[in-house]
Amino acid sequence: MKKSFKIEVDCAACALKMEEAAKKTEGVKDASVNFMALKMNVEFEEGADVKSTMEKVLKNCRKVERDCEIEF
Amino acid sequence: MNKKQKKMLLRILLSAALLGVLLLLPLEGWLRFALFLIPYLIVGYDILIEAFEGIRNGQPFDENFLMAVATVGALALGEYTEGVAVMLLYQTGELFQSYAVGKSRRSIGALMDIRPDSANLLGEDGEIRTVDPDEVEIGSVIVVRPGEKIPIDGVIAKGKSSLDTAALTGESIPREVKEGSEVISGCINLSGLIEIRTTKDFGESTVSKILDLVENATSRKSKSENFISKFARIYTPAVCFGALALFLLPPLAGLLLDREAQWSVWLYRALTFLVISCPCALVISIPLSFFAGIGGASANGILIKGSNFMETLSEVRTVVLDKTGTLTEGNFEVSGVHHSTIEDEKLIEYAAHAEVYSSHPISRSLIRAYGREPEASRVSDVREESGRGVIAKVDGREVAVGSAKLMRALGCEPIDCSHVGTIVHVAIDGSYAGHILIEDLVKDGAQEAIESLRRSGVKKIVMLTGDVRAVAEDVAKRLKLDEVKSELLPADKVGAVEELLAAQPEKEKLAFVGDGINDAPVLARADIGIAMGALGSDAAIEAADVVLMDDEPGKIAKAIRISRKCLRIVKENIWFAIAVKLLCLALGALGLAGMWAAIFADVGVMVIAVLNALRALHVKKL
Repeated sequence: MKKSFKIEVDCAACALKMEEAAKKTEGVKDASVNFMALKMNVEFEEGADVKSTMEKVLKNCRKVERDCEIEF
Repeated sequence: MNKKQKKMLLRILLSAALLGVLLLLPLEGWLRFALFLIPYLIVGYDILIEAFEGIRNGQPFDENFLMAVATVGALALGEYTEGVAVMLLYQTGELFQSYAVGKSRRSIGALMDIRPDSANLLGEDGEIRTVDPDEVEIGSVIVVRPGEKIPIDGVIAKGKSSLDTAALTGESIPREVKEGSEVISGCINLSGLIEIRTTKDFGESTVSKILDLVENATSRKSKSENFISKFARIYTPAVCFGALALFLLPPLAGLLLDREAQWSVWLYRALTFLVISCPCALVISIPLSFFAGIGGASANGILIKGSNFMETLSEVRTVVLDKTGTLTEGNFEVSGVHHSTIEDEKLIEYAAHAEVYSSHPISRSLIRAYGREPEASRVSDVREESGRGVIAKVDGREVAVGSAKLMRALGCEPIDCSHVGTIVHVAIDGSYAGHILIEDLVKDGAQEAIESLRRSGVKKIVMLTGDVRAVAEDVAKRLKLDEVKSELLPADKVGAVEELLAAQPEKEKLAFVGDGINDAPVLARADIGIAMGALGSDAAIEAADVVLMDDEPGKIAKAIRISRKCLRIVKENIWFAIAVKLLCLALGALGLAGMWAAIFADVGVMVIAVLNALRALHVKKL
């Protein structure tokens, strides 16, 4: 399943880091961050719960970029 | 500017003013240090916090950490002014970047401002309610007033008007529509009030699809972007270790050789390295160039589905075109009547009546040429001669319409035509009455489009068609194409493209241009598939990598030129940024460039690269 989320982040390098962090999150099959459109596309693994997975994604992203935001 | 940016600007101005005052005061020792610390902390406290957090989370090489080390180091060396100034300039650069990106995001957004905000739903009681377009069900009737955007695809149920399709196609001439016309969302209603019966959900409507496509286009990353990500990953740690080596090795070598170690000189040079170590200019400007290029192209009715396709498009040297619908109109027209024994109009009238029950494109073109609806009551005893034509009684006379074979079967000798096209022979009451020439007309602008492709650096132009050889070669000769492959079944087209793919040099790419109907496999097989005249055709939008919203052949060359410009900018930025950084690293190591030069290399290059990237947006005149 694929879903797109609106994000807030200040710089392109930080967006790349968020992408890396999201990819490594449990329950995420693949993720890509589009800095220009300020969107994160996440492909979930089968059976993964969107809400709890996204909470983990946000937590991991905050580790690499303190003031980032993901709307979900 | 948003709130965050305003706050940053205030901090920068405050800190700069304080620094200016402090530089004028005669200060000494600890007091001097303590006072310089104030502007430093005002402008850079968040960097210090983030650097600390970075270490705690195991992200040692982020740019916050590097800036923190460089500036704290400068302060420790007693270079108070430089420490504060570097932080100040770094933050100014970040602010500019965030402002410029935000601004370009908005201007590209405005370019694509085709999203309708609401729909006027006509209730059964005749009352009009304004609702969210998402809520409108298929088959509802919506009202669009002059000046409003059509929110959902549908068919006009009442009224007539002209539509401005410029936002979708870049075409400035309005389209006339009346009852029964299909209309697509995103067009602006110019003159009359119209009622539209919707045929799609908002989510499935053209406007939603296009927006979705453009917004997600930059998610498909190009080779250049992947190169930059990799480069950034290696560059920063490499420069950091370089800085460490620069700090340790020369003084140690000095000690071994019994000379003065000069620790502080080398520490300063090492710190200079750290300031140059951020790859920001590259990381920001490359995706921005692609984003601007894709935005600029879509404002011209050219949708490029990803940065990777933008890159491939710029490397195209072979263009393969489908004939029908791409170079030719795709609808057959009667272009002449020859050797007729009766009046030309009469001949067409008979032929049109004999074909009254047929839906074949050729029959339709005869009926169109007749100009009126044939009267079925005048026709009887219709016999289809499979693959050869039709024989029918019209006004009591036996009319045979079809191929030369049919004529011979009836015992009369057909006269050949000197023109190339589809020839329909007619015999009346068993004697030859002449033939009608039917042609698929070459599109206006096809000639210019081919010339323009050549000027854009395309080396080979090939036409594929299922049509007969004589017709294909005639079109190819008129348009001066390099190669033509005719009488191909849809499946053969894939084979033909594969042959061409195998024959081309490795670095060159092949584009296939089709109308998106029946050629999805070929669109997919080519290095890049371009669908033409895709407005309202879901299949074409789905299958192609590049979608031309209208069917003007000139757009093919334009798309290639836009991609060339975009990639040229990308390359300029890559080489410019890398060259300046390497130069500053070299000068910094030799002690010829200090921290001032370093911060200009970092922030200045980024500003220039961002401004250069924005040029990709301006492609109207290409």
